[in-house]
Amino acid sequence: MRSLIVVPAYNEAGNVGRLVRAVRSCGLDQDCLVVDDGSSDATALEAKEAGALLVRHPVNLGVGAAEQTGYLFALERGYEAVVRLDADGQHPPAAVSTLLAELESGRADVVVGSRFLEAGGFRSSLPRRLGIKYLCWIIELLCGLKVTDPTSGMRAVNRRVLSLLARAQPEDYPEPESLLWLHRKGFRIREVAVRMAERAGGSSSIGSLGSLYYLVKVTLALVMATLRRAGR
Amino acid sequence: MAAIQLLALLGTLSLLLFVVEAIRRGRLKERYALLWLGAFAVLLLLSLARPWVDWLALVLGIRYGTSLIFLMAFFFLLLIVLHYSLVISEQSEVTKRLAQRLALLEAEIEELRCGRG
Repeated sequence: MRSLIVVPAYNEAGNVGRLVRAVRSCGLDQDCLVVDDGSSDATALEAKEAGALLVRHPVNLGVGAAEQTGYLFALERGYEAVVRLDADGQHPPAAVSTLLAELESGRADVVVGSRFLEAGGFRSSLPRRLGIKYLCWIIELLCGLKVTDPTSGMRAVNRRVLSLLARAQPEDYPEPESLLWLHRKGFRIREVAVRMAERAGGSSSIGSLGSLYYLVKVTLALVMATLRRAGR
Repeated sequence: MAAIQLLALLGTLSLLLFVVEAIRRGRLKERYALLWLGAFAVLLLLSLARPWVDWLALVLGIRYGTSLIFLMAFFFLLLIVLHYSLVISEQSEVTKRLAQRLALLEAEIEELRCGRG
């Protein structure tokens, strides 16, 4: 299966080069695309030097849009699957093959790397874990989908899902919302256990006060996605 | 004619003039001006016809007729601001699409250039 690794990156100089090299040294034969989301630092240069394919947004559009640009790229160039990895080094490139194997088995249309399915690895702070628990609960309440790590950005999708997301992708913080939406559309979602690392450098896009805003906004998006007709 | 009524009339008229002029010069698109024009038409009517205002205020249970004009103005402003929220949301989707398209084309040009050189 010809697949593409998509790395959305916003001001990730110092991280993104390391990640791209790590991907290439894993012996993965997938192409690696870095979507530079309007960074003001050397993100694009670093990605290029490390040997990644590169698409640069002229302005900052948000992580959801950067991911979607990756889907558009994959759609236009005939890739059959996309794996999204975060630039900050939290997602181990070695686990890409695990996700792809699950996808290729045909048991799932979307495969999510989950920190919480097995013990071990970096598991985030207690408040964040509580927030994630809450999101799991509300997603199951709204659509019956059981997941353990709805905020995980490490996911593999097949051709059908990527062509859908290339057309319509949730904004800003897309992870939980797209799970619910894809589940309602009848796509099969599976999680596989992945040991994640703490981010290597830089800061998370979501600060402490931002967390509350994040939860409120995602909750609103989830409820709205439930009220929307699934066949959109 | 009460002073406040005159003020409302003058204010509405000058704003109406401003909007019409902006449309004429092509600085304001008709589709964004319709709500304004509707608002001015109603406000103009209300500031001209005092008996109507008083009658409507009486029916609605408002003691002071002129405050009905303010109520209407407030209501229209809410509508217009809401309309702008919708327009902004639509615009941000369009902007996103354009930027993505541009980024993908740029990447393709870069590849073609490298392939040739």
